[in-house]
Amino acid sequence: MAADTEKLLQFLLRTGDNTLVLSHRVSEWCGHSPILEEDIALANTALDLIGQAQMWLGYAAQVQGDGKSADDLAFLRDAWDFRNVLLCELPNGDFGRTLLRQFLFDAYQSVLMGRLIKSSDETVAGIAAKASKEVAYHVERSADTVVGLGDGTAESHKRMQVALDYLWPYVGEMFESDAVDTAMAEAGIAPDPASLRADFDALVGRVLAEATLTRPDSPFTHKGGRTGRMHTEHLGHMLANMQWLQRAYPGCEW
Amino acid sequence: MKNEWPLWEIFIRGQHGMSHRHVGSLHAPDAEMAIKNARDVYTRRNEGVSIWVVEARHIAATAPGDKGPLFEPSESKVYRHPTFFDIPEEVGHM
Repeated sequence: MAADTEKLLQFLLRTGDNTLVLSHRVSEWCGHSPILEEDIALANTALDLIGQAQMWLGYAAQVQGDGKSADDLAFLRDAWDFRNVLLCELPNGDFGRTLLRQFLFDAYQSVLMGRLIKSSDETVAGIAAKASKEVAYHVERSADTVVGLGDGTAESHKRMQVALDYLWPYVGEMFESDAVDTAMAEAGIAPDPASLRADFDALVGRVLAEATLTRPDSPFTHKGGRTGRMHTEHLGHMLANMQWLQRAYPGCEW
Repeated sequence: MKNEWPLWEIFIRGQHGMSHRHVGSLHAPDAEMAIKNARDVYTRRNEGVSIWVVEARHIAATAPGDKGPLFEPSESKVYRHPTFFDIPEEVGHM
């Protein structure tokens, strides 16, 4: 595989795995949400995300060019081959933490999709255009819930602050850059992640302020997901669940 | 029940030119979230182009017990249906 193709593949896996892994996490709430309306809304979000994963990983499989499909990439890779940021694979925690993680990801994703619709790669631009409408709704909904819970009761406020303290050290990884990102930026395919940070901070700052939540000021960042160097212990358990059927019954369809 | 969110009645317009129709109800803390919940609960299969939400307590309704005096008198007044007119051919379909 040419070096450029390999880098494009890595970019597509990173973008696709974020949505695939988060989709599975969000789907774990199905049937367990605090109220029916939120249950349906979260399931819708999970379905949107898996639709996006299908598009990104479908293109990744095409770029990889060895006859594999998006399904192969989703169900037959092991943890060390996943390229999602660690934020997406973290356990759900309580409802507040799930929604806060969703908001942090939605905020990042909305800024990223806004840039990708102008990608020099037509397929990337097309996927981003389709995804951006879903993402615009996701971020509006999750932001509202973060404000509702953050600026809600003493109990909900406390839980949201605990969630933010827990999740914040995972935010920085979304804006890390390496050789793949430099190559994507030079080719006009995708922006350098670092260049998304200002827009992200503005959006997140506004919502957290309205939610009366205090952003931790430690610059420490957990990383290793998007480079594949080291995932958290949680990803393997999640994949065991997600991939079990295809592993036990290869090629099973219904 | 004290901690329940208020109930909202949901009206959806299926397509332009049609009127909003009542499709069901749901719970939400405020009007904005009621619209979002309605979007997620009632339009996920492409059912609508517009949503109205009304908090259920703002709807005044007839009492089921008043059905007799309110509605039965009109049962026997078939002449109120405009079905006894001969429509000239030239008018066509009305």
